[in-house]
Amino acid sequence: MQIRYFAWLRERIGTGAEEVETDAKTVVALIEELKTRSDAHAFAFSDTAAIRAAVDQDLVPFDAPVTGAKEVAFFPPMTGG
Amino acid sequence: MEVEVRDSAFDPGATLNAFTARATGAGAIVSFTGITRDLATGDLQAMEIEHYPGMTERALTAIRDEAMTRFNLVDALVIHRYGRLSPGETIMMVATAAPHRRDAFDAADFLMDYLKSRAPFWKREITPDGAEWVAAKDDDEAALDRW
Repeated sequence: MQIRYFAWLRERIGTGAEEVETDAKTVVALIEELKTRSDAHAFAFSDTAAIRAAVDQDLVPFDAPVTGAKEVAFFPPMTGG
Repeated sequence: MEVEVRDSAFDPGATLNAFTARATGAGAIVSFTGITRDLATGDLQAMEIEHYPGMTERALTAIRDEAMTRFNLVDALVIHRYGRLSPGETIMMVATAAPHRRDAFDAADFLMDYLKSRAPFWKREITPDGAEWVAAKDDDEAALDRW
């Protein structure tokens, strides 16, 4: 599964994309797994209230399933306009 | 090109004229143009806008489609830039065309509220002191409850 990071999440983790093998069934379970990858990941995901998630480019809640997803992205609240 | 995500500058006046010219049957055209404004301290050097290629186009198209469904519109246009912008440059615009003004105004307002917190853009302000990500405002999220 491809994991994408944007804005300060990308900066804190140190990469915009990484490939991970996971059995996580939901976004929140995936976050718990990603936090164990490095101190940078743990720091980036320390405040999940400040994080949004997209599964295959659709914004989803944290209890959404990730099974079979090609791409899961994490980013701060959006600031367009 | 009813939804466009681009890194280069565009002319909002010419864009609006072209939009108006093809809005057959419209009796009202409303447009909003967003400009990179300087900070209160006056030392903004640039605004950098990051986005999520692919999802950005999907999100903007979904928001525009929703506006077309909710309001009685002839047409709607959304353009948003990414990359590095100087103070005074145009960031984005929306335009709506409707038989009557109320739908045109409301749809433009709706498009702005949704693209502020549902389109994957992130702004970063560059000043002599460094770069800082712009925080989302609670007000922006709350604005969605109006719809």
